[in-house]
Amino acid sequence: MSEMQSRVATADGPPDGPAKPVNKGGDLTQIQIIWRRFRRHRAAMISLVLLGLIVAFAFLGPLVWPWGYTVDSDIPSNAGPSLEHPFGTTKQGTDVFAQTMRGAQQSLKVALTVAIVSTVVGATWGAVAGYYRGRTDAIMMRIADIFLIIPLIVAVASINGAVRGGTTWYAVALIMCLFSWATVARVVRGVVLSLREQEFIEAARAAGARATRIIFRHLLPNAAGPIIVAATLLIAVAVLTEAGLSFIGFGIQPPDISLGKMVESARTAAFTRPWLFYPPGVLIVLICLTINFIGDGLRDALDPRQTMVRR
Amino acid sequence: MTTTENINDGATATVDTDIVLDVQDLNVTFSSEDGPLRAVRGVSYRVRRGEALGIVGESGSGKSVTSMAIMGLLPKTAKVSGSARVLGQEVIGLNDAQISKVRGDKIAMIFQDPLTSLNPVYTIGYQIAEAVLTHRKVTKQQARARAVELLDKVGIPHPDRRVDQYPHELSGGMRQRVVIAIAMANDPDVIIADEPTTALDVTVQAQVLEALETARKETGAALVLITHDLGVVAGHVDRVAVMYAGRLVETGTVEDVFYRPRMPYALGLLGSLPRMDEARSEKLTPILGTPPSLLDLPAGCGFAPRCPMAQDVCFTTEPALEAAVDGDDPDPFRRHTAACHFGEQLVDARPEDLFQATAPAAETAAGPDGTGGAEAAGHGGERTDAAPPEVLLSAVDLVKNFPIRSKGILRRKIGEVQAVSGISLELREHETLALVGESGCGKSTTARLLLQLIRQTSGEVTYMGQPLHSLSDAQMRPLRRDLQLVFQDPFASLDPRMTVSDIVAEPMQIHGRGKGAKQRVKELLELVGLNPEHGSRYPHEFSGGQRQRIGIARALSLNPKVLILDEPVSALDVSIQAGVINLLEDLQDELGLSYLFVSHDLSVVRHIADRVAVMYLGKIVETGTTEELFSAPAHPYTQALISAIPLPDPVKERTRERIVVTGDVPSPADPPSGCRFRTRCPKFANDLSDEQRNLCVEEPPDLLDRGTGHRDACHYSQVVELI
Amino acid sequence: MLVYTARRLAVAIPVLLAASVLVFLMVDLSGDPLSDLRMQQPPPSEEVIAAAEARYYLDRSIPERYWLWMTGIGGNGDIGLLQGQFGPSVRGGAFDIGEELSDSIYVTIRLVTAAIIAALGLAVLSGVVSAMRQYSKLDYTLTFIGFLALAMPTFWLGALIKEGGLWFNQTTGTGFFFTIGANSARVSNMTGWEYFLDSAGHLVLPTITLMLTSFAAWSRYQRTSMLEVLNSDYVRLARAKGVPNRVVVRRHALRTALIPLVTVATIGVVGIIEGVVITETIFQWRGLGYFFIEAVKAQDAFAIMSWLMLSGTLVVLANLVADILYGVLDPRIRYE
Repeated sequence: MSEMQSRVATADGPPDGPAKPVNKGGDLTQIQIIWRRFRRHRAAMISLVLLGLIVAFAFLGPLVWPWGYTVDSDIPSNAGPSLEHPFGTTKQGTDVFAQTMRGAQQSLKVALTVAIVSTVVGATWGAVAGYYRGRTDAIMMRIADIFLIIPLIVAVASINGAVRGGTTWYAVALIMCLFSWATVARVVRGVVLSLREQEFIEAARAAGARATRIIFRHLLPNAAGPIIVAATLLIAVAVLTEAGLSFIGFGIQPPDISLGKMVESARTAAFTRPWLFYPPGVLIVLICLTINFIGDGLRDALDPRQTMVRR
Repeated sequence: MTTTENINDGATATVDTDIVLDVQDLNVTFSSEDGPLRAVRGVSYRVRRGEALGIVGESGSGKSVTSMAIMGLLPKTAKVSGSARVLGQEVIGLNDAQISKVRGDKIAMIFQDPLTSLNPVYTIGYQIAEAVLTHRKVTKQQARARAVELLDKVGIPHPDRRVDQYPHELSGGMRQRVVIAIAMANDPDVIIADEPTTALDVTVQAQVLEALETARKETGAALVLITHDLGVVAGHVDRVAVMYAGRLVETGTVEDVFYRPRMPYALGLLGSLPRMDEARSEKLTPILGTPPSLLDLPAGCGFAPRCPMAQDVCFTTEPALEAAVDGDDPDPFRRHTAACHFGEQLVDARPEDLFQATAPAAETAAGPDGTGGAEAAGHGGERTDAAPPEVLLSAVDLVKNFPIRSKGILRRKIGEVQAVSGISLELREHETLALVGESGCGKSTTARLLLQLIRQTSGEVTYMGQPLHSLSDAQMRPLRRDLQLVFQDPFASLDPRMTVSDIVAEPMQIHGRGKGAKQRVKELLELVGLNPEHGSRYPHEFSGGQRQRIGIARALSLNPKVLILDEPVSALDVSIQAGVINLLEDLQDELGLSYLFVSHDLSVVRHIADRVAVMYLGKIVETGTTEELFSAPAHPYTQALISAIPLPDPVKERTRERIVVTGDVPSPADPPSGCRFRTRCPKFANDLSDEQRNLCVEEPPDLLDRGTGHRDACHYSQVVELI
Repeated sequence: MLVYTARRLAVAIPVLLAASVLVFLMVDLSGDPLSDLRMQQPPPSEEVIAAAEARYYLDRSIPERYWLWMTGIGGNGDIGLLQGQFGPSVRGGAFDIGEELSDSIYVTIRLVTAAIIAALGLAVLSGVVSAMRQYSKLDYTLTFIGFLALAMPTFWLGALIKEGGLWFNQTTGTGFFFTIGANSARVSNMTGWEYFLDSAGHLVLPTITLMLTSFAAWSRYQRTSMLEVLNSDYVRLARAKGVPNRVVVRRHALRTALIPLVTVATIGVVGIIEGVVITETIFQWRGLGYFFIEAVKAQDAFAIMSWLMLSGTLVVLANLVADILYGVLDPRIRYE
């Protein structure tokens, strides 16, 4: 009890009784408050800028770059870095810089699809299970468990490897969704289980609200923090999985290219032709690192318990 | 206990061996992203050997931070300056090794929440022995023997068995006694108890306070008792210090502070306290506003913005803590002091002279048609008098058993918690019925059953003659307009992601009345005393009291006839609580509402209710009009409850007669046979013969009028006057 | 306790069965194991294809095939999980799935054990240090390392480590790092001690590769749970008793904060299995990961299914062990 009130007493200190204005700067929306908190997380802000640059590189880069990612007879074979080909060229005669852009684009497309689809499906699944509890919950979560038993990369490889003759990025993405929604469901269910015990949910029920209203108006918006964090983590996992999949020979197939495939073909070149080895690897690290830092920043910004005393 | 013989020492000696704790100009500042937060400012006090000092204040006043600073338990980010001497030794600024030698040996501390204070993975014996072994060169066997001895002293039965149990196997009251035993372990010179009973039920609170007294006697330690509860202070300390906004604002003997306060804040606190020993006709006098933000303290007196007698000087100059008019003790630390420019104006002032109730005190408290008295006569069973008001909501033989299920997919039923076991009650038009009991007695479950938020195992609920228990959720929905709920926790009961307007308008939207909602929200906010322009804000921008008002506005949005109030003020500070109570009373008069008021606080109940029903372990043990119940309680449990509520009046509190119960509430999964209260009943234990006891063991007593004018459920009920 | 374990196993079995259906459908529907045969030039005769279909039970309906795969009833004696038969391999009769699988387990288990121990040890150390020096430079550094490790693609780092080892060997002219396989080729004429050293040497680089992700996740977890405990009321009470900080951290904080980590680490087996596939590919270990990739490449349906069932069983068992460990370590949880 005292902890709760001291938070009020030490916060902006709105007076009781006939209310007087609380914050002088006018009303802040939730999003403005979250953004203000997020901006204070330096690593997350740097990451956001960096990730923006990577996205621009992946999606806008190919529009202006003279070379394509496929084999081109105008491209010399096995050339070192030059102004024309900053990351050199491959033996087959492709421009590694263009390939990196294409690979990053494919990675991001897969990752975003996985994150969005899995989050929507998983959050709904978890919220329904957590809201109804009891047997419904037990059965729904056992179903989710089945998809969690098989490691993601292995599951995707089993399906993927069997499909010969070129797998497209969205096929890879959809198969990954099948095995990753359950992690989100598990997280959201946990949050909803504790949220639904809160009095504002009971208040809605006492007012006569139906289950759909409670789940979509009250439970999911309040679980937004953990959901968004889970989604960002999922992006990173998806990038790594897709790349790993390509590395072991499955996933996106030639003539298309992915970052994992590039690492695979340059795997012995780390010390001999580093310009082939480092760009795709560093790019994967950068994408995942920035996403994780952004997730961390969002977690802090969205956590209602986050106090002002930090450092 | 008193220290009169030491007056001369105090006046002359500078190094006084009798002073065990000497705090001088203590300041604590936390750094926060909004700037420095000055939690404690210039606090000085002295505690003598064996003395008990009470530190009183509302949450955020800095009372806990002060003691944590003395113990060196604040996080490193806190800046502490000033001095605190324990037996002459400076403890501020010591390193970990040095302060560790003092802590637990010379100065011990007891914390608020016994459920989290003990490490779950070690036995209680280990945790007590650890305190001994840390400071004494003894063997493990000796430390364990000491642990058993201490457990016995704090009143834990079978200490030799309990010593090997883990904390989760003990009740909250038991665990707090273990914490007290740990504090006693090395016979400290000072024990600081930080809200030691706030998390406990009243009957258990009385037991734990008793254990604390034992600890004092056994160790001869001085006690610093930190609490927000003026009643606890009145009965257990010699001197009081009142804290406000990080400063001490008044100090003196309990009698000085309670009977002759010289600081308007102290006077206001006393006025905003509902009292069990006073009739309800008097309106409470809340202190308007909230304490200032510690980030942005006013230049002058911290209380000036809320003070009705503030003058210009109060806003510019902060008053020093100076001797009040009646201060004559030669030792400045023992005088009655107050930090107020105009303290002398308060001589003989009463709270209502200074503070005003929020609305003109209309004398309608007993109900518009004088049901206060009519009910008393009419409720014995034979309703003969002129037509009593219509029954709105009634329950007959309501039973709710919660299944205890196994984990896993099968979720087999492995037991039952009998939360509510056959409750019948009636709520009439325009009356307030209070449902009183300690935690776990089933009062909140009953409230939810009445609203059909959970479904009963058996029994009937009717609203205006219409049975609710057989309705489907869809059929129930239109009826929810008339029956609304207000919650205990103002922080959890409002959706943090919705604006206040949306929150208040939600019930209207659900019931298809979204059209005029905007205008209605403004009216409602105004009605509950909030600025209607603030609808676009989010709940976190409001204080606890304001949030509770928002919750009330939401409940009122559909023009209900019945409000079920589940502990609506128990999470609020005293000065805020009074305002909400007054609001509820005004709304009832204005809108003709009926209240079912669920509460554990008999003082509030006495103030607000027309009729009271006391619950224990799922059953009503006594019911009657408020007047009957408080003046002539017949059931031993009611008597014990009334006895356990501390009165904020030092003389009354120390001299009153008490009926004390022992032990903890049995598990509702396995309630005792016959009378459920018999395992804790003082009458059963002390007064009854074996033959008489048989009846208690075998026969559950019915709720009958046994010649007292109201109904009770005790085979041997007998009226005792306690107030 | 025993009863609880038995009951938990009883719940695990339907989950495993459901997983087996999923695994079967996944593998069975995703491709035709005989596609290579059908593509052959010149096209093989109808009879050859029909014989192959019969040999691999492709002439039966899907439910029949699943039933066969589980029970083996009505098969040729080479199929039926419940009879300990894993089914015929498309890679020919000489390739016995069960035998190959058990050989692989023996190779992999060493790597997994070493990685788990290394990851746990480092995670506890780094988590505790981070929590105790919260918001210090050290904390930020460790946090950044953790984030970096989480973002690191195992295969890329593995390749880098391997090439680094090779480069080191080359420039120094020694064979200091072993970069290929689980043991040297001449393993048969080694003494016990030499064999141990050889195995340990081969473990170094793959272990570093494999443990990294788990280490990162677990150290973050340990930091959080340690911070939570350090801010708990009972740690505060222990300090108030006069117990010196050092002892409080060890006796009260670490002891309690380890409980959740143990369970998280146990469940973390899933992540390790993923890592094994990639690590073994890079360092050319003939373990479970290698087995799996070869099976997928050969579209050896029964081999893939067997592998997935094995990993599924491991995961289910790990969850069970985690639950039981929790009960053993935390006195608040007692199973009837």
